[in-house]
Amino acid sequence: MSLLLAHDLVAGYADFQALFGVDVTIEEGETVAIIGANGAGKTTLLRTICGLLRSRRPTDIRFGGTPIGALEPEQIIELGIAMVPEGRRPFPSLNVADNLRMGAYCGRKGPWTLQRVFSLFPDLAEKHSAMPPTLSGGQQQMLAIGRALMANPKLLLCDELSLGLAPIIIRDIYGAMPGIRAEGTTILIIEQDIQRALRASDRVYCMQKGRMTLQGRPVELTRDEIKLAYFGV
Amino acid sequence: MYWINTIVQGALVGGLYALFATGLSLMFGVMRIINLAHGDFIVLSAYLAVVVMDLIGVNPLVALAVVAPAMFGIGYLLQRGLLNFTLGDDILRPLLVTFGLSVVIENVLLEVFSADSRRLQLPWLETSSIQLGDRLAIGLMPATVFVVAVVVIGAIEFLLRWTALGRAFRATADDTDTARLYGVNNRNIYALATAIALAVVSIAGVLFGIRTIFDPTIGPARLLYAFEVVIIGGLGSLWGTLAGGIILGVAQALGAAFDPSWDTLAGHLVFLAVLLFRPQGLIPKTFDL
Repeated sequence: MSLLLAHDLVAGYADFQALFGVDVTIEEGETVAIIGANGAGKTTLLRTICGLLRSRRPTDIRFGGTPIGALEPEQIIELGIAMVPEGRRPFPSLNVADNLRMGAYCGRKGPWTLQRVFSLFPDLAEKHSAMPPTLSGGQQQMLAIGRALMANPKLLLCDELSLGLAPIIIRDIYGAMPGIRAEGTTILIIEQDIQRALRASDRVYCMQKGRMTLQGRPVELTRDEIKLAYFGV
Repeated sequence: MYWINTIVQGALVGGLYALFATGLSLMFGVMRIINLAHGDFIVLSAYLAVVVMDLIGVNPLVALAVVAPAMFGIGYLLQRGLLNFTLGDDILRPLLVTFGLSVVIENVLLEVFSADSRRLQLPWLETSSIQLGDRLAIGLMPATVFVVAVVVIGAIEFLLRWTALGRAFRATADDTDTARLYGVNNRNIYALATAIALAVVSIAGVLFGIRTIFDPTIGPARLLYAFEVVIIGGLGSLWGTLAGGIILGVAQALGAAFDPSWDTLAGHLVFLAVLLFRPQGLIPKTFDL
């Protein structure tokens, strides 16, 4: 059974539909990337999976076989889906360690503890009592990933990890991915940087205007196929 | 010596004002709700103490052991059953609903208890005093109120800073959606914030009722004091709230020493001065915004 199965997923905002029948399958242990231009619906898809948006039918999304389309975000994290939100969104009035502890609020047990996160991101250990607004963009991204790991998720959703970061920082952030995969965590990444996405993932989906336009293993996809799926020209 | 005495008495009264303000500050900090019925909840808890004292014949402090959990429960249900539905982008909705609540509570109290003034009798505490030097004595009652205020505010600060629940309060105040992503049930957190706020209100209400006479209509004036204390101290800082209470108390005491009709006015003037010259309050925020 697939870990995550979205079938004919329809979702959107109050007066605006963003997803028009999206199909996504993620197997346990995979790293899957979703690429697509701005406004393709990538973030909407993640927000729907983690419960911030409702799908049209509860059964549009299943996690480990359970329909989760009608659940609240605080119920979905208890099942083991944790999100690294777009824009990082640290809690500004909590210091670094307290931000990480918030990730463990749901009480899921597993390999990730404060110590493990600090050894994955030594920068955070050094800044454990700093307030998030004083961190660099890269450190804030590490904080956001660390906070999600503290929930010991089965599925980690990462929204635009590289957005607004310098290339060398992006390399560091992606350098942490193998350590996360090694714990058996399944990862779904949204990425605008196509090369980065192809290198980091086992499988790639391409989205355009609220639909999946391409799906496959990075080695099997040609440049032209991706260009067509990405831009629709 | 006369002036020192006046200032000390004013500062001790400030403890009561800080207790008035703590619940208001907590609800605003976590939910951005300004509870206009806050003063009426102070009066309501004093009347609940009257009922408990009549029913089981205990003194007001023992009655508080019943009233505080009752107000905690009322606060939880009030938030879950009513105020949660007023939250959203429109800040007018909670204002209007709590204003309505204020009117309802006041009139129900009038209906049930009449407009007669009441007082919670606790003679030994009211009349005892501690002698400090030749000409300075502080009443046991004001001193108790002050100590209670410090302990209550310290306890809430501890809760906010060092417990998982406190982190959830602060995280929810910062960013509700992201807090929910990590498993915080915001509706429950809001209800707990109001529950704690009203439990503190009940302590303030009972101590207030021991200190002075009350009737069903005095709620809005207590709300005004609480509001002034929060602004003077700085929004979202509970130690600032204590400092704000002391400043308001001292201002009123000095005003009254100058001319007995000036006590409230002097407090309002200090409040206006703070709004003019230091609108962010004396101590910057600690747990929100």
